[in-house]
Amino acid sequence: MAAEQIIFILVAAVTLGAAISVVTSRNLIHSALWLILALFGVAIFYVLLDAGFFAVIQVIIYIGAIAILFIFAAMLTRRVMQETGPQSNSTWWLGALIAVLLFAGIALIFVNWQGFTTTASDLTNPGGRIVQLGLALVSPDQYLLPFELASILLVAAMIGAIYVAGEKKQ
Amino acid sequence: MIPLSWYLIFAAILFCVGLYGVLVRKNAIGILMGIELMLNSININLIAFWRYRASDGIAGQAFAIIVFAVAAAEVAVGLALIISIYRRRSSVVAEDMNLLKW
Amino acid sequence: MSTESIIWLIPLPPLLAFFLIVLFTNRRKALSHSLAVGAAILSWFGSMVVFFRAIRTEHLGLNPFESVINWLPTGDTWFQIGVRVDPLTAATLFFVAWTVLMIFIYSVGYHNFGQPKGDHDKAGLQPHGATIEDEHGHKHKAPSIEPMYSRFFAFIGLFAFGMYTLVVSNNLLTLFVGWEIMGLCSYLLIGFWYQKPTARAAMIKAFLTTRVGDVFMLLGIAYLYTSVGSLSYTDIFKPETLQKLGSTPAVGGFLGLSAAALIGILLFIGTVGKSAQWPLHVWLPDAMEGPTPVSAMIHAATMVSAGVYLIIRMYPLLRVGSEAGHLSPAMSVMAVIGTFTAIFAATIAVAQNDIKRVLAYSTISQLGYMVAALGIGAYVAVAFHLITHAFFKALLFLGSGSVIHGVEHGVLHTGEEVDPQNMFNMGGLRKKMPITFWTFLIGGLALSGFPIITAGFWSKDEILAEAFGNGHWVVFTVLAIAAFLTAFYTMRQITLTFLGEPRTESAQHAQETPWTMTLPLIILAVFSITIGWAGISESFPVIGGILPNIVHEFIGGTLLEAPEILPFNIWPLLISVIAALGGLSLGWLVYRNQKEGAEDPLKMALGPIHTVLKNKYYFDELYNTIFVRPAYWVADNFTNQILDRGIIDGILHFIARVASNVGHVFRNYFDKPVVNGFGDFVGEGVKKFGRSIKIIQTGKVQQYLLMALILAFGAMFYFVFTFLQH
Repeated sequence: MAAEQIIFILVAAVTLGAAISVVTSRNLIHSALWLILALFGVAIFYVLLDAGFFAVIQVIIYIGAIAILFIFAAMLTRRVMQETGPQSNSTWWLGALIAVLLFAGIALIFVNWQGFTTTASDLTNPGGRIVQLGLALVSPDQYLLPFELASILLVAAMIGAIYVAGEKKQ
Repeated sequence: MIPLSWYLIFAAILFCVGLYGVLVRKNAIGILMGIELMLNSININLIAFWRYRASDGIAGQAFAIIVFAVAAAEVAVGLALIISIYRRRSSVVAEDMNLLKW
Repeated sequence: MSTESIIWLIPLPPLLAFFLIVLFTNRRKALSHSLAVGAAILSWFGSMVVFFRAIRTEHLGLNPFESVINWLPTGDTWFQIGVRVDPLTAATLFFVAWTVLMIFIYSVGYHNFGQPKGDHDKAGLQPHGATIEDEHGHKHKAPSIEPMYSRFFAFIGLFAFGMYTLVVSNNLLTLFVGWEIMGLCSYLLIGFWYQKPTARAAMIKAFLTTRVGDVFMLLGIAYLYTSVGSLSYTDIFKPETLQKLGSTPAVGGFLGLSAAALIGILLFIGTVGKSAQWPLHVWLPDAMEGPTPVSAMIHAATMVSAGVYLIIRMYPLLRVGSEAGHLSPAMSVMAVIGTFTAIFAATIAVAQNDIKRVLAYSTISQLGYMVAALGIGAYVAVAFHLITHAFFKALLFLGSGSVIHGVEHGVLHTGEEVDPQNMFNMGGLRKKMPITFWTFLIGGLALSGFPIITAGFWSKDEILAEAFGNGHWVVFTVLAIAAFLTAFYTMRQITLTFLGEPRTESAQHAQETPWTMTLPLIILAVFSITIGWAGISESFPVIGGILPNIVHEFIGGTLLEAPEILPFNIWPLLISVIAALGGLSLGWLVYRNQKEGAEDPLKMALGPIHTVLKNKYYFDELYNTIFVRPAYWVADNFTNQILDRGIIDGILHFIARVASNVGHVFRNYFDKPVVNGFGDFVGEGVKKFGRSIKIIQTGKVQQYLLMALILAFGAMFYFVFTFLQH
């Protein structure tokens, strides 16, 4: 087994373990912390996939912003959730069943797909990919429009979040 | 050396775990965490496909960038909503938000 | 304007007046009577224009004013109708126009136009007077205006239309149309005061009796049409047609008569009904229930004259089969019935006390005269007598109406309860109602045939002369006796009404009637005197020849061969003068001292015969038993109970029951369970389904997502399996 494979398996196990803990942990803060670990694992995967840029973005945005946001929200709503009762609702078995079935279905589909076991080909121009990505995002004949739309989406979400969560002046 | 299948299986498992979290967690913030997991698994899928099948182009990466942005926006708004609900009803249990019933 | 166009237009103004009054102006009395009188004036004017043009035309009989239009398509040809004015028509138009106009004007006053509404007057009853209070608070009763004022003028307008149509038509069909319209109006007008039971009975009696005559007449018309193929006079009176009708035997060899004779007799039966000859005379006296202008118009001047007009018109047909000295069957029948009726009615008139009844029987008698005269072939004399009779009889009736009005005024004034129409309650009215008196006297003298100065003398004398001259002795004698009786009862009437002293308080307080009633009397009186001078026979001693015998020349020209003028004979003249003067003097002598409450001297003279005469020979009772009661019995028992209620109603009830049952079955077995059930089922089903489904809407997001995923799984499995099968 090559070194990559060993790293992959290790990181996958950690990430999955963290993910499972996210959804089963009784304490919400614990869930948030497990989430951070999971996100870290995902960032390492990005590195393995020769998408270093994304790894950095993952760490900065997901872990640095979103996870922090989760912790803030958990702390802001903490008063009620002092007692850590069961975190699963009454029909948890159905959810588990569905998740398992979904996985089975997806796996089944993938197994029957002929491109399932391809191996990676070599990258051309490994160094200039960032520049390529940057240019793609601002070129009118490439992905400028989605980029701008995403900007508008972020502005809207920002305004919306501020308005919804803002204190109403009585 | 690592076949595509490993990444895809991994992403699938991660997705299903996230789905389980969405369906089962009582706390609304827990549900959002589950959603985050799902989004991440999608991103991995996208990048994996890009790397193994279309690495000459940029489409996969661009798509993944957009997904990042959307995930961030969605979390912001979702948490703002949860906080607003918490302020009204002093509860973040998803099962208690059932005003739209018959 | 061409004469033919005027002739077409003559009947129309009264018809228009009828429609306008009925549809629009019924509430406005002044407007209604203006419309009616205006229409009468228009028709009068048209008739006068036509008349004057007619008398100035040479040989009008050979070239009458005629105008036809195609009316009904009958196979290859057209049934044509039209108008025709020959000398007979022109003369008839003359007297019809004048009498109708006078009666229209008279009706305005008769129905008390200008008077206040009555206290208790209801539509359908005679007006009973209004109480008027003057400035001093004195109340007295005055005559009140007729409540159904406009309706009267509408009806007489329609009637005038019918009469004019009959006179100007050139064929039997439109004549019959006019005939029937007049029958209808007679019915409506006799029963004008329809709330009175006697009036109702009288109107039905009149209509049904004339109907009997009309049925036979219609048979005659139909037979004529099938034999000749046309009903227009020009076609019927062609010599070849008459010849053919005279030689074909009647259908079924009826009594050995020829077709012409049978048709003639059938048509004559129509006249028997319409002109109230025996045996169909019973309706005319009862018709006096109608207002007096009605009696004047219908039963003196126009409608009954229409019957005589018909037989004069059809004379060429009726004459077929009469050789020299030997009358045709139709003419014999006419002579017999006419003579009998003349004497029959005269005898009844002698015993009547009601002023209008006397005049009614007098009309019947005079019409008998005319029918008898035509029966013996005195064509011109009959037409002449028709004209003069119309004028003086209308005058007498209008005069009697004026008398009744005057006495009624006295009745209202004194409050006495007497019959204002009974002559024995009158007397001395010559001082109270002078104009009425003098005009009535002139009319009465004309009726009696007072020599020289009255028109009736000239016409009656001519009839008697014709009878005498052609050797019909029986007819002559009977008609002479009838003339005597006529003079007698006329003078009786005048003496009882006007001469002597008033026999009741009401007569004491009688008053002359307004100018709308007296003016027509004066005009008609003038005609009653002067019209006779147009027909003085040329061979009359002394005065014959001063004026040409216009009547004979003009009317005689209607026939294809002019009737011969008889040489003058003194005997009929003498006998007629003696009969007239004798009757008049006897009448005056017997009644001049009639006292209040005294018995009729005639009663003592005739005894039981008087009772028979007074009860009209009991003909009404006879007809009642033979015809009327059985008819009512059949109508009630058979037609009403069995046919109408039993069979027809039975069928209808049966159909109704079947329909109802079918409906019930449909309702209970189909409509309710199936249709309603289905509707209810759908509604209830949707409600139940909704109620059972709604529990899935829990409001919990995670459950929604679960359900979505479960369904998505279903889809996914389906796709997986199809995908796997590839």
